[in-house]
Amino acid sequence: MNPTDPTSSGNEQRQQVARIADAVRRRVLEHTLKHNGGYLSQACSSAELLATLYLRIMRLGPSQAPLTPRPFAGVPAADNPHAFTGADYNGPKAPDLDRFIFSPVHYALVLYSLLIELGRLGPDALDAFNRDGSTVELIGAEHSPGHEVTAGSLAQAISQAGGIALARRLRGEPGRVWVFMSDGEFQEGQTWEAFAALTHHRIGNLGVYIDANAQQCDGAMDEVSTIEPLAERLRAFGAEVHEVDGHDSDALTAAAEGFGNGDRPLAVIARTDPCRGIERMRERAPKLHYVRFKSDAEFKAYEQLLYKMRAQEASANAASHTASSQTTLGHTG
Amino acid sequence: MIETVTRPHRDNLVRWAAQRPEVLVLSADLTASCEADGFRDAYPQRFFSLGMAEQNMMGFAAGLAREGFFPYIHTFAVFITRRPYDQLAMSIAYPNLPVRMIGFLPGITTPGGVTHQAIDDVALMRVIPNMTILEAGDATDVESMLDVAQAVNGPVYVRQLRGEVPRLFPANAPLQFGQARVLSRGDDLCVLSSGICTEEAMRATAALAACGVSISHLHVSTLKPFDDPQISAAIAGARHGVIAMENHSIIGGLGAATAERMAEEGIGKRLIRIGLRDRYAHGASRDYLMREYGLDAMALVRAAEDLTGQPLEISEADLAAVRLGTLQAADKTEDL
Ligand SMILES: Cc1ncc(C[n+]2csc(CCOP(=O)(O)OP(=O)(O)O)c2C)c(N)n1
Repeated sequence: MNPTDPTSSGNEQRQQVARIADAVRRRVLEHTLKHNGGYLSQACSSAELLATLYLRIMRLGPSQAPLTPRPFAGVPAADNPHAFTGADYNGPKAPDLDRFIFSPVHYALVLYSLLIELGRLGPDALDAFNRDGSTVELIGAEHSPGHEVTAGSLAQAISQAGGIALARRLRGEPGRVWVFMSDGEFQEGQTWEAFAALTHHRIGNLGVYIDANAQQCDGAMDEVSTIEPLAERLRAFGAEVHEVDGHDSDALTAAAEGFGNGDRPLAVIARTDPCRGIERMRERAPKLHYVRFKSDAEFKAYEQLLYKMRAQEASANAASHTASSQTTLGHTG
Repeated sequence: MIETVTRPHRDNLVRWAAQRPEVLVLSADLTASCEADGFRDAYPQRFFSLGMAEQNMMGFAAGLAREGFFPYIHTFAVFITRRPYDQLAMSIAYPNLPVRMIGFLPGITTPGGVTHQAIDDVALMRVIPNMTILEAGDATDVESMLDVAQAVNGPVYVRQLRGEVPRLFPANAPLQFGQARVLSRGDDLCVLSSGICTEEAMRATAALAACGVSISHLHVSTLKPFDDPQISAAIAGARHGVIAMENHSIIGGLGAATAERMAEEGIGKRLIRIGLRDRYAHGASRDYLMREYGLDAMALVRAAEDLTGQPLEISEADLAAVRLGTLQAADKTEDL
């Protein structure tokens, strides 16, 4: 069993995920408006999935990193002792704790926003977003908050996570390794090489959550180059596969229940909606990859939507404060 | 003032391919980002979406080329030269197939960070036998690429520019294969620049000329083969030495090719290579990175001071004030 915080019931956790996912969408929309562009559909598809991972699935300790993101300290090199990774936002490394590997790093803004909502980053952390000399990069790299490896050349993170999982097994550590991936990454051969290696080496401490939003840069994946039937393909490779509604926090959580003691990697295909929570975006389909507003009128319409989301959030927060006491966010270990 | 052209490759590709049914475009999920969307919409039967799977795309291009087609691969430069390197070397370059690889986001022109910045692509491609390498420095170069690449008997890698591209050279003076553009003549220094560094260098050379430094400035768009006799002549005629300036690592690119050439021809002069000094970059704006990594006009001024041994009173403000008109090549008639 995945030990969740014993003080909060499944119902409370579900509500917490929903509240935080809404806040993540709102924050990503804010920044998409502020910069007149952003990876907004990725927030819509993955908000519940990422929030569920942090709140209900991964056993992470408290952040070890400053609330205000550190400035860029130079690239890794023998003569640069100052280089760091952003993994310490996900807590300390310890044998019994899980590790999180974030692969589709163009989702960085979604992760930063989630870290803010979880209190792992300060509320103003996004002031540094896409600023010169900052680690809060548009496309995350290993120095970016919440990131541990450099993954922007997609489909490379899963293999690195495989190495980390193997190392942990060699050390006899009970902690697991979780990888968050996009569905586009299943077009790269490397992803399949990774699954072949994971199952061949019976790596049973690595779980992959896939944001299957059926979208990529050029549009609908079915049109660009299909990866379906994904579940059957993954099963044929020897993974334990679950296919769930990616906005259903209970289903996402259940898929990971008890995982970590077997000898097969886990793949959870989270079927998601790239417009969830921002209905208006549907008119842009099939081009949802990067949202840039085309007219003043469109900008204003999204701005109105932001005000509405803020108001809803405020009233939901007021209600939840009276209903329950605060639990420690994102710390389910 | 310089004219800026919006998406010159996009329109040029559509126009150029109209009467060439043997030309195909292959894309790896970056179609609009690489300005191939116009082609896709105009000639859907000649456009092939291969998904985010660059290694496989190289093989498909090789097969199509063996069958007589001319595949034009469009993706970011890093996803041509890093991920599918073995495939392009063995499937395409070894059999000398006429695959044209159009690579976007050269060097530090992108804020996408280290995974999107092609700082080593010229070096990687130079060591591949049979490979031809072209690099665009302005809109005229961009629009010349298809004609020049198509005339090559073998694989071609094009370091291409996208989006808003300045027109530095007259639209009716297309790039000539294997020939540098001579932008100025002088006998104190020789400046060789490529890609976006040429515009930056022009800011500095204008200011340097005003200080009385006489410069031969050549814009290099054919990086391989690198045998233009104009380059040797300009180097030989430069009293104080040579500066090579590129949006790339100083290892393996224009500066390195220049050093090899000087050594082999026995031209004993100092050479300063301006480029990324064996260090990865990170995500930030182009101007910021050009300053941080010393690829800007001021870096060229410092190099000129070093070579001439003469402190030049040129400030950032002086460089910022330089206004660039459209350049006529100093001598268009020089033919080799
Ligand atoms: C190896 C590699 N090829 C190409 C790209 C450019 N690129 C960035 S995101 C992306 C695909 C987007 O699709 P997906 O990964 O499913 O993400 P989503 O649609 O959810 O944003 C591509 C092709 C890349 N980052 N890495």
